Amino acid sequence: MALREGSRRLQLLFRLRHLPQFSRFVGVRSVSENVSSKSSAPETADDHLIYTPEHFALKEALRKIIDQEINPYVDQWEADGIFPAHKIFKILGNAGFLGVNKPVEYGGLGLDFSYSVAVAEELGNIRCGGIPMAIGVQTDMTTPALARFGSDELKKEFLLPSVMGDKVACLGVSEVGAGSDVSSIKTKAVRKGDEYVINGGKMWTTNGTQADWMCLLANTSDGPPHRNKSLICLPMNLPGVNVARKIDKMGMWSSDTAEVFFDDVHVPCKNVIGEEGMGFTYQMLQFQEERLWAVANIVTTMENIIQETIQYTRQRKIFKLPVLYHQTVHFRLAELQTEVELLRSLLYRATALYIKGNDVTKLASMAKLKGGRLARELSDSCLQYWGGMGFTSDVLVSRFYRDSRLLSIGAGADEVMLGIICKYMDTLPRK
Amino acid sequence: MSGRVLVGVKRVIDYAVKIRVKPDNSGVVTDGVKHSMNPFCEIAVEEAVKLKEKKLIKEVVAVSCGPQQSQETIRTALAMGADRGIHVEVTGKDYDTLGPLQVSKILAALAKKEEAQLVILGKQAIDDDCNQTGQMTAALLDWPQGTFASEVSLENDKVKVVREIDGGLETIKISTPAVLTADLRLNTPRYATLPNIMKAKKKKIANVKPADLGVDLTSRLEVLRVDEPPQRQAGMKVETVDDLVVKLKDAGKV
Repeated sequence: MALREGSRRLQLLFRLRHLPQFSRFVGVRSVSENVSSKSSAPETADDHLIYTPEHFALKEALRKIIDQEINPYVDQWEADGIFPAHKIFKILGNAGFLGVNKPVEYGGLGLDFSYSVAVAEELGNIRCGGIPMAIGVQTDMTTPALARFGSDELKKEFLLPSVMGDKVACLGVSEVGAGSDVSSIKTKAVRKGDEYVINGGKMWTTNGTQADWMCLLANTSDGPPHRNKSLICLPMNLPGVNVARKIDKMGMWSSDTAEVFFDDVHVPCKNVIGEEGMGFTYQMLQFQEERLWAVANIVTTMENIIQETIQYTRQRKIFKLPVLYHQTVHFRLAELQTEVELLRSLLYRATALYIKGNDVTKLASMAKLKGGRLARELSDSCLQYWGGMGFTSDVLVSRFYRDSRLLSIGAGADEVMLGIICKYMDTLPRK
Repeated sequence: MSGRVLVGVKRVIDYAVKIRVKPDNSGVVTDGVKHSMNPFCEIAVEEAVKLKEKKLIKEVVAVSCGPQQSQETIRTALAMGADRGIHVEVTGKDYDTLGPLQVSKILAALAKKEEAQLVILGKQAIDDDCNQTGQMTAALLDWPQGTFASEVSLENDKVKVVREIDGGLETIKISTPAVLTADLRLNTPRYATLPNIMKAKKKKIANVKPADLGVDLTSRLEVLRVDEPPQRQAGMKVETVDDLVVKLKDAGKV
């Protein structure tokens, strides 16, 4: 066992270092593994806007886990349409990466949001979009409200194991008939004694087929749509919870996305997070963090794609010259890199303001809007320069093209972002 | 016995980086290139921390020789469980010519000063592949050495070391104080966990100059030129053994 482990590491050590010049595409995949994200941010913390040496140490430690426990298996998991969430979350949980900004009493580290951003950035080095998304759901979509407003008992049962990586969480908000329009969800939780009886269904549930519990948003009364919903911690093994199907998607293949139905599911009233009727508000509160997280993640991935495209076009010849030497190519990559830097600056600015206690809804929405659109533009332009190879499943750029398309849709569609920005600009039609 | 273990950690170019030779052939490009702890040094740190966890030794001290950035490497060792660090400041020209002999002199001086029971190093660094520092340090201290260790066990004041050698495995027993160098299969280094990374912030790193230890850094070696290895040529397939012999004769190999 040690021998096999040792020889695998030996292979990794020596194979990657002494890579011969590649004249065949077989070498392309190994080259991709060789690309270190040559970020233009300084390598040390001296001049960095928001990161300290601890942030860099965190990134390095996380990178090791990604390189050894995740990236070698991504291709397989993409083909399988699922990744072992319990196994990976346990590894990350043991190393403390699932509770970066969660309270210390529940296994977290109680650090500020800049550390979450550092984690999100580093996860962008995973060679697919599905796994970072699944991790982000666990750390920054299902647990923030629970950490802030949940009772001690609830936190012990659901938050602590989620931070330790023992329980996989999923988010039950979107429905077949309600995505952007959250207030129009139909799932009902009707009070009967000290239980709620839940009927309805949820859609687009990331981690849905593997989750131990769901952070569920349901209508708990008949009041106005923004004040009649509650967040409920729902164990997924309760009778009546039916994980109907794993949705077959265009991208994010390694992330299992489920459609879930609730048929008279009984859950104790004490499983409500915080106050009844505040569910909608609670969920909105952590949107800023969720959006900045998504941006941090995509910035690293975009940069990696640019670097890989440079490496590929440098060695691929067309009309006797490397593809990269044609002006349209290196100029376009320069344009894209410029835009990535702009987005990164916005990310750091919003993060710096946020950790000081400011409301950064406008900036976070702008960053998410730009992130989704730039990812589409960038993946399209870069894929073009890979030519026929870009169209194959053997290369990262085609996977990125498929995976990144989701960013303009999920976690707040572009149109929702635009609406928020207009609200801050006071340009929406007046009533 | 002091129960103190000195572990040497070297900051090297990350193993996954594609090395490029400088245009003037004086060395390799290091500016802006990702660096990390030498993988064999990681294994050395892990072994020391394991010994401490088994309560066989009391303190793990991580040592690194180099510029300011070497402190990051020491911090990684602290995040893995080392108790404190010593940064021996070597910069500029001195750093460019720093080699196993100079480092061994430094480590020997520190081992005496800290009254170390063991000095554990990686068997070699992945940038220069010297495989000399451990051996030289032991010689300078006149201590026994257990190099290429794939298994280490402490028995009172003796150390049993299983060494990986060309013919297989060799088991030796040496007395302490001693120098050990870690080979690949000694252990699997733990991931530095985030709580430990944050705790490492509070651990002390002492700053020391080579002169304070009475060490002369002058190098007896001069690097004349650094070149990339020759391009590997494509192979050729032949149909029969006779063809092969003809080709070999043509190439002047037979």
